[in-house]
Amino acid sequence: MITLLVASEVKKTFIMHMRGGVELPVVANVSFSLKAGSCAVLGGPSGVGKSSILKMLYGNYGCDGGQILVEHHGRHVDIASASPRLVLEIRRDTIGYVSQFLRAVPRVSALDVAAEPLMIRGVEREAAHQQARDLFAELNLPEKLWSLPPATFSGGEQQRVNIARGFITDHPVLLLDEPTASLDAANREVVIGLIARKKAEGVALLGIFHDLDVRNAVADHVIDVSAFAAGKAAA
Amino acid sequence: MSHSSTLEALAAAGIPAPVKPLLTVEGLTRVYGKRIGCADVSFELWPGEVLAIVGESGSGKTTLLNCISSRLTPTCGTVHYRMRDGAISEIYKMTEAERRHLMRTDWGFVHQNPIDGLRMTVSAGANVGERLMAVGNRHYGNIRGAAIEWLARVEIDEDRVDDQPRTFSGGMRQRLQIARNLVTEPRLVFMDEPTGGLDVSVQARLLDLLRGLVSDLGLAVVVVTHDLAVARLLSDRMIVMKEGRVIEAGLTDRVLDDPRAPYTQLLVSSILQV
Amino acid sequence: MNAPDTQTQNLASYNFAYLDEQTKRMIRRAILKGIAIPGYQVPFASREMPMPYGWGTGGVQVTAAIIGRDDVLKVIDQGADDTTNAVSIRAFFAKTAGVATTTSTPDASIIQTRHRIPETPLHAGQVLVYQVPIPEPLRFLEPRETETRKMHALEEYGLMHVKLYEDIARNGRIATTYAYPVKVEGRYVMDPSPTPKFDNPKMHQSEALQLFGAGREKRIYAIPPHTDVVSLDFEDHPFEIQHFDQPCALCGGEQVYLDEVVLDDHGGRMFVCSDTHHCESRRADGHRGALLGDEPGQDKEAMA
Repeated sequence: MITLLVASEVKKTFIMHMRGGVELPVVANVSFSLKAGSCAVLGGPSGVGKSSILKMLYGNYGCDGGQILVEHHGRHVDIASASPRLVLEIRRDTIGYVSQFLRAVPRVSALDVAAEPLMIRGVEREAAHQQARDLFAELNLPEKLWSLPPATFSGGEQQRVNIARGFITDHPVLLLDEPTASLDAANREVVIGLIARKKAEGVALLGIFHDLDVRNAVADHVIDVSAFAAGKAAA
Repeated sequence: MSHSSTLEALAAAGIPAPVKPLLTVEGLTRVYGKRIGCADVSFELWPGEVLAIVGESGSGKTTLLNCISSRLTPTCGTVHYRMRDGAISEIYKMTEAERRHLMRTDWGFVHQNPIDGLRMTVSAGANVGERLMAVGNRHYGNIRGAAIEWLARVEIDEDRVDDQPRTFSGGMRQRLQIARNLVTEPRLVFMDEPTGGLDVSVQARLLDLLRGLVSDLGLAVVVVTHDLAVARLLSDRMIVMKEGRVIEAGLTDRVLDDPRAPYTQLLVSSILQV
Repeated sequence: MNAPDTQTQNLASYNFAYLDEQTKRMIRRAILKGIAIPGYQVPFASREMPMPYGWGTGGVQVTAAIIGRDDVLKVIDQGADDTTNAVSIRAFFAKTAGVATTTSTPDASIIQTRHRIPETPLHAGQVLVYQVPIPEPLRFLEPRETETRKMHALEEYGLMHVKLYEDIARNGRIATTYAYPVKVEGRYVMDPSPTPKFDNPKMHQSEALQLFGAGREKRIYAIPPHTDVVSLDFEDHPFEIQHFDQPCALCGGEQVYLDEVVLDDHGGRMFVCSDTHHCESRRADGHRGALLGDEPGQDKEAMA
């Protein structure tokens, strides 16, 4: 299997200037790789730094050390040191992300929220909407909600909009932060199916799943984040 | 995640992204006697990119915006702009005539207070049409047609085309100001607190409109705001300023979610949660 | 006639044509500069004149600076030789300069005017001096002098069309009927003073020298003879002059600018030439309008 992403010796420490500059080590020596067509899962107790790793991979958090190499447009680039423009380009074309919570934009309909990643890449509005509608239907999102802004949706409804937004593109790498947390059993099954489809398409996935059933259904291997716990490395 | 659009128009057309920045700011400094307006600011802006300059009042962000947009001569430093013909020009070495021409064709400037950017005593149509007339359009029907089209794009009814902006609400005035700037299809627009002074629902509508226009037109924008939510919604990158200097710069969501500088952490932690 | 000589002696304490020689030289320099840059507003050190602003202080200073003993002066106010303003200014120069005056357009060497250009075409050697209230055509939309000067310097005249656009938007056509902006020799946009736009074509390629004086605003500008003067317009709303449905009620003249005169309290009115000299000379040539009657005797009565 082709390796699409390699993290090596990635380190993250928060310095809390609001609290007298206290240092909060989060993770250190994070090293793993993601392969095309497989789904890796970050494991470990909460607070161990799973989300932080995901966010560093997406460029949302800065890294304090190490490298995150990803194959982008046929060459290897380091997200940890990439310029903002390059990070945006990587997000547009190479790494997708499904966050735990939807950051709703006022007045933007659920359809536009989900279709936006395609439209950014130049897909016609109608074609992008069609793909969004297909995904919404698959995720059992009530049709009457599609044209409404998701700000007032329930947690599960918002999450399904978020999942559609993340799964709509063909990014070679897809990061999933608790995508099933607020879903019922039926919709969890749908998401498991979507993940299986991505794997079949050769996408490299990395996720955080607290739900054991989902985790067991999708995980090809588990990366134990407690091994990277910064306190442990420091001690 | 909401990272706003970049380079989409070009990508859509199958054209490879241009390899040169649109605007290059180097060592820009403006002092007022012994006081510093802004000091040693450098950055590049690429086509279709939205850059937010944030900071509290008096942090020098408006001075910086004025220096970049040729409204205030800097004490030192340079601003280079890539013209439509591809030639790179240094803004403060251009003649005033060239600079003013640039400002009303390829550039736009959206003021915080629409009164500063509109002619309050002429109709909405003439406000939008002025730039067209300034560049030599002499066909009334065409000018009016373009004005109505742009009013529609900023969600102002056609039947308001002959009304003076003094009869418009604050939000409508701001949308009119935006239409007035965009009618010549500029590539770069400067905005100074575009949503300041508007109530929340009006602000949301304006932000949504701006996001749409920026991505549809592939606009490059430099937006000054003290509102971090506006910066997050509109911008790809941001610069945090304090006492005239750049404290932190980078990807908008990274600066907001993982702020490094003490001042940025203070700023981010001061956001009211709704 | 010895009267002028006596009067000049009576006013021995005044210099010829009222203004002192230094002032006249200063104004002449402004005029020369104005002629050299057609349509450009030249600032000058406007003097207090023995009449209020708005009564032609700018025009009077220009006339005073260019008038000589051999000149023949005609003064009109809205086309008429016999209104207070015209009579007073004519008397002013008869008294202070002792020059000959006339009401005849062809006989005058200098014609000072408020708000009209005579119907009789001007000839080479004549000077038309306009009294100007507000010389800045851009003032309507841009109150800052610093900005309007810059706009002139950089030839940024889009704003002028904004004004015309507003006219069409409000009235369906360009409703500006006087002080209609013109572009002089393809460069400066100029306010022709509050003359009716009917007169704008007369400014174009005129044989006479046209000088404009604004006393309160302290500006002088000029159009030399044989200069292009083009009225601004839109492609789909071209410049047009006023048209009148009926000829002059007194002289039957057509293609002239008419004034409305109210005759009684019952809505009675007539339209007559605003140019009194033109009307009178046509009547002297035997042209008769609808309200003038047929008898030569009645004609004289009407005149009296």
